[in-house]
Amino acid sequence: MIRGWQLYVLMALPFAYLIIFKYVPMYGAQIAFKNFIVTKGIWGSAWVGLDHFSRFIHSYDFTRILGNTLLLSFYNLLAGFPFPILLALGLNYLRSRSYRKVVQMVTYAPHFISIVVIVGIVKELLDPRIGIVNKLLDVFGIAPINFMGEISMFSSIYVWSDVWQHAGFNCIIFIAALAAIDPALHEAAVVDGASKFRRMWHIDLPGIMPMAIILLILNTGHILDVGFEKVLLLQNPINLKASEIIDTYVYKVGLTAQVANYSYSTAIGLFKSVINLALLLAVNKLAQKTKQASLW
Amino acid sequence: MDIRFRNESFTDKLFTIVNALFITVLFISVLYPIIYIVSASFSDSQAVVSGEVWLWPVRPSLEGYTAVLDYKMVWTGFKNSVIYTVAGTAVNVAMTVLAAYPLSRKDFYGKNVFMFLFMFTTMFTGGLIPNYLLVRELHMLDTVWSMIIPTALTVWNVIIARTYFQMSIPDELLEAAQLDGCNDFQFVWKIVIRLSGPILAVITLYYAAANWNQYFNAMIYLKSQHMYPLQLVLKDILVKNDVDVAMLSGDPMDAARREALKTLLKYSLIVISTVPLLVVYPFVQKYLVKGVMIGSLKG
Repeated sequence: MIRGWQLYVLMALPFAYLIIFKYVPMYGAQIAFKNFIVTKGIWGSAWVGLDHFSRFIHSYDFTRILGNTLLLSFYNLLAGFPFPILLALGLNYLRSRSYRKVVQMVTYAPHFISIVVIVGIVKELLDPRIGIVNKLLDVFGIAPINFMGEISMFSSIYVWSDVWQHAGFNCIIFIAALAAIDPALHEAAVVDGASKFRRMWHIDLPGIMPMAIILLILNTGHILDVGFEKVLLLQNPINLKASEIIDTYVYKVGLTAQVANYSYSTAIGLFKSVINLALLLAVNKLAQKTKQASLW
Repeated sequence: MDIRFRNESFTDKLFTIVNALFITVLFISVLYPIIYIVSASFSDSQAVVSGEVWLWPVRPSLEGYTAVLDYKMVWTGFKNSVIYTVAGTAVNVAMTVLAAYPLSRKDFYGKNVFMFLFMFTTMFTGGLIPNYLLVRELHMLDTVWSMIIPTALTVWNVIIARTYFQMSIPDELLEAAQLDGCNDFQFVWKIVIRLSGPILAVITLYYAAANWNQYFNAMIYLKSQHMYPLQLVLKDILVKNDVDVAMLSGDPMDAARREALKTLLKYSLIVISTVPLLVVYPFVQKYLVKGVMIGSLKG
């Protein structure tokens, strides 16, 4: 141990960062159980137990916010899951190598565009008057739709713009998994007269399933972590009914409200983190039980 | 490879065609909005608002870009973003290597404890308010530090770098270097980072993209407008539609013309703010697969 002291020196800065910026806030989260008063500090404020939690659970907004959060994340999970797989399978059977490269290059790129710009693009393209989407609808004789002003449209706008942005990048992992499949399996299948579709169905798809399941588990563990920043940017007074989620609510209660309520806001955030953690552990347990791939 | 394509049956040919069509449809649906935005940004402002642009620029002009040039806030933001991105990414990559190397060593006593402490933070966090209070307690609010220090490290990238070090730097190399009197510091500096080009490229791109695209921390930590990064300026213009008309070209213009220019300005801004990353991206693209694969391996 003494001989490796230099490794500890290397680790010192990152470790200090971890303690200060990750673990100190966890300690600070105790204000969720207190009535935090800035002048008294975290330690000096009085304990109030679970008051803030029960206030949130019994609040008028609770059902709607939790409902929105769950709806957005399940919708996103269901819509976002198949596309990278389909894209990877499709690319794998594309004949032209160069076309394949071009498709990959273009579909990866939106992943790196900032959320602010994505939301800007969405708003410009969906504009009721001059947006290209409504112009296209007009060609088919459909009356213009005020997408951003329709409550029912919010979840679809959020989810499909996300699929547009990330499907390409998320397929990388499946392309790599497909490349790892033993070509002998394909050769044997060809000898047996299997069509391409059958080979895809019986060889490629099972080949990438373990990877898909791991990713599904990972995503389920973060089911309540809907893309908070994007939702915040897409919000407007009209769609608020459908777009208020736990994270945006935490932000508003804690930082932008007239009287910022740090303790209440922290309690709501903590409520979310605990459910996330419990889900992650539960899903992983389930995966181990069913002898599927698990995280650890 | 050959065996796959020789003597295709009818169903296989059909499959190939349907598949190519399917990919092309997906391809176009990703590509078309991009082409449209770029074309619109190079078109005449009246052509954009009257809906004449479908695919290629109509009556090509640089009107939108000159409007961006005149918009001072954009340039302050651009300059700030470059500073935050360069400084932030340098800190990010240095910290990541510092953490990843010890974690990659089998003889690092207490490795599992450190690993657990790192991993746990990916599953559970203190939350928004405690983080904000911490940054305030440290007197970092409204300083450059609030844009760099709180995001100094991403655990996921540490895992990627660590796994790469484990896979690509053989123990024998360390032993040989140690026999020659090389200590751990020298080994990291002279050997590890020089053998890790691909993975350093990937994590640099990830961090640079994250820093460049960062707006939320800026929104809650920065008060002074002159410190705003580009994304925050963009947020006002693109999302809140809050364009300072006075900053649009000095010529007296009628209201309709100004409205049109406002729209055009947005398209040009979308293009300009995305260009820096798209310039870097092709150089790193070939390494992306490697980065993603390593990241997906178990810790």
